[in-house]
Amino acid sequence: MNPAPHVEVRNLIVTVPGPDGAPLRIVDDVSFEVARGEVLALIGESGSGKTTIALALMGYGRGGAAISGRIRVGDATLDGGGASLAAQRGRQISYVAQSAAAAFNPARRVIDQVIEPALIHRTASSGDARASAVELFRALGLPSPETIGSRYPHELSGGQLQRLMAAMALITRPDLVIFDEPTTALDVTTQVSVLQAFRRVVRQQGATGVYVSHDLAVVAQMADQILVLNRGRVREHNRTGKLLAAPADDYTQLLIAAAHPHVKAQAAVPAKPEPLLEIAGLHAGYGPIDREGRPTLPVLSDVSLTIMRGAAVGVIGESGSGKSTVARVVAGLLAPVTGTVSLAGEPLAPTVSGRTREQLRRVQIVFQNADVALNPAHSVGDILGRVLRFYHDLRGADAQRRVAELLDLIRLPAAVAERRCDELSGGQKQRVNLARALAANPDLILCDEVTSALDTVVRGAILDLLADLRRDLGVAYMFISHDIATVKALCDEIVVLYKGTTVQSGRRESYDTPPLHPYTDLLIRSVPELRPGWLADETVQAAAPFAHMPESTHLCRLLPRCPLAISGRCDAIAPPLRKTSAGHMLLCHRTEAELIG
Amino acid sequence: MSAANRRSLWRGAGRLIVKRVGLALVTLLLVSAVIFTISGLLPGDAAQEVLGRGATPEQIAALRHEMGLDRPAPVRYAEWLADIVRGDPGQSLVANKPVADIISERLPNTLTLAALATLVSVPFAFLIGIASAVSRGRKLDRALNIATLSMVALPEFLVATIAVLVFAVELLWLPSITIVPKNPTFAEYVRAYAMPVMVLAVGVVAQLSRMIRAAIITELDRPYVEMALLKGVRPLRLIFRHVLPNAVGPIVNAMALSLSYLFGGAIIVETIFNYPGLASLMVNAVTSRDMPLLQACAMIFCAAYLLLVLIADTIAILANPRLRQA
Repeated sequence: MNPAPHVEVRNLIVTVPGPDGAPLRIVDDVSFEVARGEVLALIGESGSGKTTIALALMGYGRGGAAISGRIRVGDATLDGGGASLAAQRGRQISYVAQSAAAAFNPARRVIDQVIEPALIHRTASSGDARASAVELFRALGLPSPETIGSRYPHELSGGQLQRLMAAMALITRPDLVIFDEPTTALDVTTQVSVLQAFRRVVRQQGATGVYVSHDLAVVAQMADQILVLNRGRVREHNRTGKLLAAPADDYTQLLIAAAHPHVKAQAAVPAKPEPLLEIAGLHAGYGPIDREGRPTLPVLSDVSLTIMRGAAVGVIGESGSGKSTVARVVAGLLAPVTGTVSLAGEPLAPTVSGRTREQLRRVQIVFQNADVALNPAHSVGDILGRVLRFYHDLRGADAQRRVAELLDLIRLPAAVAERRCDELSGGQKQRVNLARALAANPDLILCDEVTSALDTVVRGAILDLLADLRRDLGVAYMFISHDIATVKALCDEIVVLYKGTTVQSGRRESYDTPPLHPYTDLLIRSVPELRPGWLADETVQAAAPFAHMPESTHLCRLLPRCPLAISGRCDAIAPPLRKTSAGHMLLCHRTEAELIG
Repeated sequence: MSAANRRSLWRGAGRLIVKRVGLALVTLLLVSAVIFTISGLLPGDAAQEVLGRGATPEQIAALRHEMGLDRPAPVRYAEWLADIVRGDPGQSLVANKPVADIISERLPNTLTLAALATLVSVPFAFLIGIASAVSRGRKLDRALNIATLSMVALPEFLVATIAVLVFAVELLWLPSITIVPKNPTFAEYVRAYAMPVMVLAVGVVAQLSRMIRAAIITELDRPYVEMALLKGVRPLRLIFRHVLPNAVGPIVNAMALSLSYLFGGAIIVETIFNYPGLASLMVNAVTSRDMPLLQACAMIFCAAYLLLVLIADTIAILANPRLRQA
């Protein structure tokens, strides 16, 4: 084996022009090496410089970033001794971006983009490149590999695009592939198969890998060694197994602890629980309503759930499950087609315009992305003050006092009231987003993926805050998430949605042991565990006997994906709703005993 | 891909385009009503204008009756609309000639001027817009920004006057008015059109290049551009293969606006260079209260505008795979 490492980075420093014009170091004196064929993971939260380092390996600096230090990849170096790194972009060094949906050009067919690196660098003729693209599509487990390339990006799912992007990165048979959070935007069930496909194909080609991620559990499956970064500096660097088993640095320990979300504060369940929000027989969707009373794009069918006063109910499902639509209907942003929503016994009007101000005040919604939900032109004080004025008619000194109280509740200093949102960090913004809802003194807060865009450490802090607020203020949550670990940490009850139908509901504890709905089981098994080799154990999922069947609204929606489907029943009639001995509800043809066995 | 599949792909676009055409026709109908109403609101009418100030009310009333101006407005509108659809916008009240004849004399002039100005300005606008967007924030971009902004800010009559002063009066290179001789040689043709085309192009290049710059910059900030760079795509390929296909929608719409201006808004240029085009014809029709002529000109301008926007929409729909298959 070649004694010289394939990738060698010495004293890498990346600076960007700071706000006052002085250069700001975003990567500070980072050194590492990667042997040929190995995978190095760069891990850290946002702002740790992990993507910056990865891009520097291609000689690329975002937004005028200046790169200095020594970088060598094979024969290519940063300063161009041998060959320049920039000339190797897309040839010997290739890149898989975080969001394939955004990184593909929407106006061009996918195949043209996949083979483009080979054509630009003249590594293959157009015909050969197409042939090897189809081979890669097949190896990456894409459906109909011969024709999928002729589609446009908007016609493909996120998981498919991410695999297509991997094919694009591998088409020139590069020595080094850089994966920049390639599965962060994917559903957990999709993530597993994409990770498996990536690992298989990269190993086949014998490429070296650099894997950028904030998720230790994912990295544990992919990497041979891990480099932990914080604020542009290396905190710890070790082989994967050793680092996870015996983390030396306190920041690494913090990251590992945060990988398992748990909350300290637990709210006492009231002695006589009374229902706060009741949803019954909800059907909703988008588009014009047809003659049979169904919308063009039905999203929810027959969803019912009850939230007790002060309770936390988790709603979980993958993208397209309709979980956000439930929140939109409850908040009055989308009128249901049929079904009722009532708050403390009184029915709510279908949309916001028909509800009283008092009803609006009692139900507040918090959106996933605080960057978009908060007006960047307003100060935090303005944002909270507006809510206080609208619902409580508070002005002047009274409002200021209340703003200070609210900031204290969300553990931010009172001085934050003067700051604008774009001066705050991601976690602070999400706290302000939450304070905006709290300002109304609501009975129920609809939390729509409020922790999904946050780093693990920050996510843990927000979950703790939510639990404390519930204990201290008695506020109830509908907590919507795609992450079952987060939901289990915070909620007493969990509802699992699949394609707009409730497939399982019940107490949190009932999700720890079988019987589980086959979809719930899939969700839980798909969450990567924090030990190397988990992905290898998770061999190819049991095949679904009805994978060829189109999805039907009259049958179990999971049928094409369900490994437990029964011929003659699941493909013939709609599944019954069963109540298990443990007291939770399952929508499945399989009996409790069958699901345990 | 199978032929059937491809057919279904294009059906969505067909439906969208048919819808746009329908909308354009409805708009044109509404516009015709507005034109008819507004031209009726202008003070005085053709009868008064023809007879002059000395005419008695009886004489005016008699002429009005003769011209059919005393019938109810809805009747006159219906008749006028039917005539327009048949391609006969009526008789000019002032020149006593068919409006169609007058317009067919002027329309080719306007079309020639607009076409020449388009041919000159579009390539320049693309060149400036792309150069400016690619060098965003750098010296070249700033210089081009200053240049285009001052070109937008300069009123046309000023540009025209300065051009006349420099090229016609001082240098004696070009004639100060545009007279195209019968059967011109190429040199005569260029000399005749150089100045009006140049003056029109100044404004159009400036506006269009700024729109192109903005459209390209919006696209340059999108993640697929960074991805393309990391694939090793070179700048020219990046602009022409990756960015422009996505920027087509806003750019063709900006072009439609600029071109419709060339068609109907060239009044100052026509006046200064004494060029017999449609815009000056319409202004004359207003001053002489020649309603049929005025209405016909207005309809032509509106139709041209709607046609250009329709073409732009169609191109934008065909260029966007999402709309094409909607």
